[in-house]
Amino acid sequence: MDITPATAATPPPLPGGSQPAPAEQSKAAARAGDRIFLALSRGSGILLLVIMAAIAVFLTVRAASALSHNEGNFFTTFEWNANANPPVFGIAVLAFGTIVSSLIAMLIAVPVAIGIALFISHYAPRKLAAPLSYVIDLLAAVPSIVYGLWGALFLVPHLTGLYGWLNDYLGWTGIFAYHDGAARSLFTIGILLAIMILPIVTSVSREVFLQAPKMHEEAALALGATRWEVIRMSVLPFGRSGIISASMLGLGRALGETMAVATVLSPSFEIGKSLLDPGGGTFAQNIASSFKESGEIGKDALIASGLVLFVLTLLVNGAARMIIARRKEYTA
Amino acid sequence: MAKRIDVSGLSAFYGAHKAIDDISMTVEPRSVTAFIGPSGCGKSTFLRTLNRMHEVTPGGRVEGKVLLDDENLYGPGVDPVSVRRTVGMVFQRPNPFPTMSIYENVVAGVRLNGGRLRKAELDAVVEKSLKGANLWKEVKDRLNKPGAGLSGGQQQRLCIARAIAVEPQVLLMDEPCSALDPISTLAIEDLIGELKERFTIVIVTHNMQQAARVSDRTAFFNLAGVGQPGKLVEIDDTERIFSNPSVQATEDYISGRFG
Amino acid sequence: MSGVTMDRPLPAGDAPGPGYTLRQPRLPRWTPAALAAAAAAVGIGIGVGAGLSSHIQWGLIAGLLFVVGMYALAARVEGRRQAKDRLATSLVWVCFLLAVVPLVSLVWETVSRGSKVLDGTFLSHSMAGVLTIQPGGGVYHAIIGTLEQVGIATAIAAPIGLLTAVYLVEYGRGRLAKAVTFFVDVMTGIPSIVAGLFILSFWILMLDFGYSGFAGAMALSILMMPVVVRSTEEMLKLVPNELREASLALGVPKWRTILKVVLPTAIGGIATGVMLSVARIAGESAPVVLLVFGSQVINNDPFDGAQSSLPYYIYEQWAAGNAASYDRAWGAALVLIAFVMILNLVARGIARWKAPKAGR
Repeated sequence: MDITPATAATPPPLPGGSQPAPAEQSKAAARAGDRIFLALSRGSGILLLVIMAAIAVFLTVRAASALSHNEGNFFTTFEWNANANPPVFGIAVLAFGTIVSSLIAMLIAVPVAIGIALFISHYAPRKLAAPLSYVIDLLAAVPSIVYGLWGALFLVPHLTGLYGWLNDYLGWTGIFAYHDGAARSLFTIGILLAIMILPIVTSVSREVFLQAPKMHEEAALALGATRWEVIRMSVLPFGRSGIISASMLGLGRALGETMAVATVLSPSFEIGKSLLDPGGGTFAQNIASSFKESGEIGKDALIASGLVLFVLTLLVNGAARMIIARRKEYTA
Repeated sequence: MAKRIDVSGLSAFYGAHKAIDDISMTVEPRSVTAFIGPSGCGKSTFLRTLNRMHEVTPGGRVEGKVLLDDENLYGPGVDPVSVRRTVGMVFQRPNPFPTMSIYENVVAGVRLNGGRLRKAELDAVVEKSLKGANLWKEVKDRLNKPGAGLSGGQQQRLCIARAIAVEPQVLLMDEPCSALDPISTLAIEDLIGELKERFTIVIVTHNMQQAARVSDRTAFFNLAGVGQPGKLVEIDDTERIFSNPSVQATEDYISGRFG
Repeated sequence: MSGVTMDRPLPAGDAPGPGYTLRQPRLPRWTPAALAAAAAAVGIGIGVGAGLSSHIQWGLIAGLLFVVGMYALAARVEGRRQAKDRLATSLVWVCFLLAVVPLVSLVWETVSRGSKVLDGTFLSHSMAGVLTIQPGGGVYHAIIGTLEQVGIATAIAAPIGLLTAVYLVEYGRGRLAKAVTFFVDVMTGIPSIVAGLFILSFWILMLDFGYSGFAGAMALSILMMPVVVRSTEEMLKLVPNELREASLALGVPKWRTILKVVLPTAIGGIATGVMLSVARIAGESAPVVLLVFGSQVINNDPFDGAQSSLPYYIYEQWAAGNAASYDRAWGAALVLIAFVMILNLVARGIARWKAPKAGR
């Protein structure tokens, strides 16, 4: 690969040296072709960098213009009246809703995904395992708006009974208090997001579990370990960083999910004590829901909240990448 | 501490493929029995049927009987986990648990079986097992370092220490020296000689000098052709196998005429 | 060593000493199945008896009973270690069921409710002149919108993604390549709404263009590029170096080697990657809401004026909030899922068919 094309393409000098012209010509053509091709492909790479920079710059510029008009505190104000005069808006409720719903999603999805991944890699009969992982991969492709539609029209009505039950036994905590009404709450969003990120977290974890070296599993087996002990001794330690990065990828998706949340959540600009009662909002949902009623400053304000979401997902994804990179070093 | 193994009419399968056919033999306690034979003759598969490791390979299936003293390993109600606990195994490539320290590697099996042990008891097990594996002197000052940091030969002796720490009745070794240099190999061979005082040892090896050096009895396996199941040709005292075998095929193999 | 003599027999609990045994008391093989049936029966019994309205509760009760029951039973009969093993096994099975139920329900609801309205009229008519409260109307304009937007996005993203991958694999050395690799990773994680906001601020707010299918397509192409780069990169790395060297040694210039040798070898995998990324962006709705704006009528020109798209249509019909519009939403969801699944299946088919054969 280090052979430069020019030298590789140069034929050995002809002994007679009678006809240098065609060789020179084709060499020149080859050089030109190489130069153009390299320029094109390098240009594409540079274009990607330019796009990334442009995203950051444009969002920041518009956000700055919105913030200069803001009469409230961007981080602590509990309202979103960006189109009022003077505009008052803050992301406190959105940040709370985004983080809480994503955390609920993680708490539900990660253990279940690890369970399914182990089911596929170590428990299921082989005839079931292969089609199952295929189906899980396909489910990862179901569009989020379809999850939203299903969540709003099927999941929400089916959760009211469960929420009443939770209220009966855990209502005293305040967090699980529930007053009748559609279950279009942050907790429902958490459950829906959990179902949505389940396929991706499962398929990444499954890959890692399948890569766990057979020889360590056999070592554990030969010591008289049960199946669970084999997994605990040789599969989970090997897969730990893989599980973490899979979870982070899932978290990144949950944080940025827009339409499923916009479809299911009944938004409000307050932070309620209960997670089961309707209300709250997320960054992405608020952008999608308020966009059409927004004027110039309103749109800029939404862009400002989008910038916060952008930074948040960058941090989460960056952490995931770092963990993956460290794991590569460790296994190499 | 050591038990006799009586195998009768044992066949093993991978799915529909029969890997070994109708093997019967006796392995004497407190002795070393070596399995030799050309690649693919099923000697490793046979070894893995002796502690029910064969059935963890997808499609793996066994017919026949393996008696440990008088108890059939494949009898109804026998728990494979207890079998593997009683019949230990050392593998071709050293496989200490990479996330565990030397100390933790040695007590890994003991922790599984023993419930909660006091630190002093575990310390005693570690010292005894590492001494038993001739590794104590080399690692006693770095018991808390990762086991994967040792040399190949040391790792293999660590795996032997891990296997004998649970005090098995039988120790199976599947080409334990094939990934090691000559000096490490010598160390392991010396160790085998010491271990046979306490355990019944079965070793699979490709190296005929090794079989001649370490074993008391030798079994020669062969297969009739590609796709055919492997068979036991003969088993006898090592001396006899290497000087005056009763089957011509054994002599051909040992004198290097094929395989 | 604190007075522990080395000769002392091992203190292991059920270690073989005299009287050890290979036989452990085992539960019969049918125990889990029987217990599962019993737990299901009790769960349903409690559900019906106590009048619990939600089937989710029934399932949770049954699952809990099964897990706890299995553990208790195994702990009594087989001992602590086996009980733990059983606990892990039952939890893994419960996880599997827990995940299968909503996912099956999602597919089932979409197919059963969607197929009610799905017919020739639905596929060939727009919503022009149809009140949301009326039944009838269709998704034709949304299908046109989706196809055009996804088509344009692919036309932008596929060449850029491909060339970038070629750069990274065939030429990539030094800081620029490292930076590109890093930012491709970063780009993979951009939420679709943020990509939409970027095009909004750049194309619509700053350059003052109107809402159009093309604006949406640009946002979609930003989401698509990193996916194409990643998958193409993986495929190019699978092409054996010997092929490149053989071609270079014959005096073929590098760019022709890439075009004639490297890319054709990896073309199956590249096509798969592109199709999977097309499937991914076809379902994106957030940028469409911001940039394409939605429309009830057929607009064949993606460069001028608002369009619709399938995901947007689903959102809009859901938001209309009546029985007729819900039906249309499910119908469109079915069309969208079918489109995405067909792309996926074809892509995976290509991958299998064209997979570079590993040397065996």
